[in-house]
Amino acid sequence: MEDNLLVTPLYGSHVALGAKMSPFAGFNMPIQYSGIVEEHLAVRNNVGMFDVSHMGEIFVCGTDAEKYVNHIFTNDVRPMAPGQILYGMMLYPDGGTVDDLLVYKETAPNHYLLVVNAANIDKDFEWLLKNTAGFDVCVENRSEEWGQIAVQGPQAEETIVKTLGFARAADLVFYTYTDFEVNGKRVIVSRTGYTGEDGFEIYADPEMAVAFWNRLLEAGVTPCGLGCRDTLRFEAGMPLYGDELSAEISPVMAGLAMFCALDKEEFIGKDALVAQKAGAVARKIVGIEIEDKAIPRAGYPVELEDGTEVGVVTTGYHSISLDKSICFALVDKAYTALDTPLFIHIRKKVFPGKVVKKRFYQTRYKK
Amino acid sequence: MSKVLEGLLYSESHEWVKVDGKIATIGVSDFAQSEMGNITYVDLPEVDDEFEAGEEFGALESVKAASDLYCPVSGKVVEVNAEIDDAPELINEDAYANWIIKVELSDPSELDALLDAEAYKKLIEK
Repeated sequence: MEDNLLVTPLYGSHVALGAKMSPFAGFNMPIQYSGIVEEHLAVRNNVGMFDVSHMGEIFVCGTDAEKYVNHIFTNDVRPMAPGQILYGMMLYPDGGTVDDLLVYKETAPNHYLLVVNAANIDKDFEWLLKNTAGFDVCVENRSEEWGQIAVQGPQAEETIVKTLGFARAADLVFYTYTDFEVNGKRVIVSRTGYTGEDGFEIYADPEMAVAFWNRLLEAGVTPCGLGCRDTLRFEAGMPLYGDELSAEISPVMAGLAMFCALDKEEFIGKDALVAQKAGAVARKIVGIEIEDKAIPRAGYPVELEDGTEVGVVTTGYHSISLDKSICFALVDKAYTALDTPLFIHIRKKVFPGKVVKKRFYQTRYKK
Repeated sequence: MSKVLEGLLYSESHEWVKVDGKIATIGVSDFAQSEMGNITYVDLPEVDDEFEAGEEFGALESVKAASDLYCPVSGKVVEVNAEIDDAPELINEDAYANWIIKVELSDPSELDALLDAEAYKKLIEK
C-alpha cells in the first residue's frame, strides 16, 4: 500500500466490512464490498450507500459572491433560489476543464457551497483563489471538516426518513437541499447523486457521518464501493473528470454544453466555448455500442473499417443493467453522428459497433 | 481464504493445470477469480492454436478490468470450454470445475517448472 494516503472518517468501517481498498484521488477508498454487480443492482433495485467523504467542500461568501461564482462557473447562478443546486464546470480560458462541480446556493445571502472532485480539491482551491482579484469574496476549503454519504436507489427516500429521521427531505425535488441540526451541528441533505437513480447526499461532520453510516448499515442498506459508483454513473451517461472531462476535454467536446450558460455576460473560458460551439472543435465524446460481449476499456483505439484510428475509448464496461458492451469514446467530429459505424480494437481483435446515445440507462429522478 | 486444490499444478500467474497423459486441462485458480471479482467475458483461443509456455492465450474480463491468461505449458489447443463462453460467471462459482482450455503437451518436462499445491499456497499467502 502506498504511503501518505488519506483516509475518510469511515475507513475503519470499510476495513471491518472486508472491503477491497485501493488508492483513489489520494485516498485509500473502498472499491467493493460484496461485489460490483451485487452493489450495482442494489442501487438500481433497492438502496445502496457510498462513502463519498473524499469529495471537496469549498465555501464562498462575500458581497461579490454571486458575481464571483458566475465568473468562475459555466452555469448561471443568478436565477437560483436558496436551497437550489446547479451542476456545471470551471474552465481554463482555452475552454479546457478545471473540474466539474455542484454549486449549492445557501439561505444566507451571498453564500455558496461548491462541491468538487476529490482528485481536484487542491487544484480547484488554488484556481479559485487565483481568480478572486477584483471580487470582495472569501473562499474557504473546508473539505476536511465534512464527511459525506450518498444514499442512492428507489428506496433511498424511505430509508433516510425512517432510518435517519430526515422526514423533511422527502419533500425535496432533484437538485435541491435542506439543512438539519443534529446535536447542535449542521447537516446538509441534498437530493443529488451520481448513479442515475433517485437518492440523497448527506453532509455531516466526520463523527456524525460515522454514526449515520452505522445506522444505515444496521438497517440493511448495502454498502457500495467506488467500483459500482463508476458503472452506475457511466450507464446514466455522466462524465468522470479525468476520463470524459479534463484540461484537454471541454464541456462542448464532452457534450455538456447545456450546463454552460453561453448567454451569460462572461465567465472564464466562455469565448473558447462559443468558438467550439460554432464548429471549432476537433473531437467529441460519443457513446458506442459493440455487438459482442468483449469489453472496450479506456485507452483502446476506435477505428474505421479500414483501420484508420479516429478516436479512443474513455470509459467502457459490459453494462450490468443492460447486458451490453458499451463505452464512451473521444472521436473525430466527422464520425460522431448517431449510427455511424465504428470499430474498437480490443487486444488482437477488432469489434464492429456504432454510435449510440450516451445516456444508456433511463434515469429515474424525483422531479 | 482461497481454495487451493491438491493434485493440481499451478503457475505464478495463477493458472492451474491438471495433467491426464498428454493432455493438460487449464483454468484459473480460486485466488485469481476472487481477486478479479465478477467475471463477465472470456476471450478464448481457437482449437488448433499453438502456444509457448508463458505466452498469452486469452483474457478474462471482470467488470473493472481485463486480466491476461498465460499458457503454463507449450502445446496445441485441442478443446475450449464453450460453457464458460456463454456463462463466464461459472468461473466465479467454481474456478476448478470450470476449466478454460485443454492443450496437448508438446514438452511434458515443462510441468516440472510449475508449483505444487503447497508451493502455490505459499505464493498467494505472501
